[in-house]
Amino acid sequence: MSQQSEGIVNGPAAAAILTAGVGCFVLGVLVVATDGSKPLAKLLTFYTRTGPLSGVSTVAILVWIAAWLLLARVWGSKRVAIAKVNAIALVLLGMGLLLTFPPFGDLLLGR
Amino acid sequence: MEITFRNLVTIVHGMMFGGFFLMATFGLVVMLWRSMYERQGPGLTEQGHRWETAYLVAMVLLGWGAVLSGAYIVYPWYRAALPAGVVDLSGYPQRLLLSKPGTAGWHTLGMEWKEHVSWMAPMAMTMVAYVLLKYKGAMEEHRALRKQVLVFAMVAFLAAGVAGGFGALIDKAAPVDGGRIIHLMEGAK
Repeated sequence: MSQQSEGIVNGPAAAAILTAGVGCFVLGVLVVATDGSKPLAKLLTFYTRTGPLSGVSTVAILVWIAAWLLLARVWGSKRVAIAKVNAIALVLLGMGLLLTFPPFGDLLLGR
Repeated sequence: MEITFRNLVTIVHGMMFGGFFLMATFGLVVMLWRSMYERQGPGLTEQGHRWETAYLVAMVLLGWGAVLSGAYIVYPWYRAALPAGVVDLSGYPQRLLLSKPGTAGWHTLGMEWKEHVSWMAPMAMTMVAYVLLKYKGAMEEHRALRKQVLVFAMVAFLAAGVAGGFGALIDKAAPVDGGRIIHLMEGAK
């Protein structure tokens, strides 16, 4: 996806956009996963009073930030194919949004 | 004029952090949408860029303030476990909603969606703010980037709207209330 070329460097923006999509997608996956698995929900209960939401949100944020830092390092001085990055980020964002919608999660879990 | 401590914190969470974040996000969506149809101009002055930076940083802080105060202060009050023998559900909003078929959906759909989708808004707007600040003055040359941050800002607005809308309606059906009573001022005599 990346290519070195002359012109304005868009790598940092591409890294930020793609990983924002990744963060939202991971959040959505964890929402459905904890809803369907009691052991995972228990594992992700980092703060008892908040319940599994504490772990779901924390893990999603950590994955998002880690992926952002990593990709920013790799793409930091590069010009990348932004149209492809945008398309992938949009799909991830859309799927994340859908996965947080309870009726869709229930459908996936066969309820 | 009095208010309970939990009610006050809920107002700070929903109306101050959430409400202002929603307004700031909407403002940015309008600004980005408008910029799609702008002719290339001289851009902002240095002071203009400083104001823009302050706006974007404040917006991001409000977004994170809303989700963090919601998840770690208000939500625990909302989902408090019901002690054995307690029959008055007024201090246990989640239990109160689930006790009747007519209100259960406010939790099973409303709160379940709100508590998760809301996190997407500050994540997306942090990215939007970063891109706008990183490429300030050069966004004209990055049409694809501008379109993409607009889409993310619109989704963030949707997510914050879902969270705020359901939050207000759920609090109406089963208020998060209790704690110390705070006396605000005397009413008219």
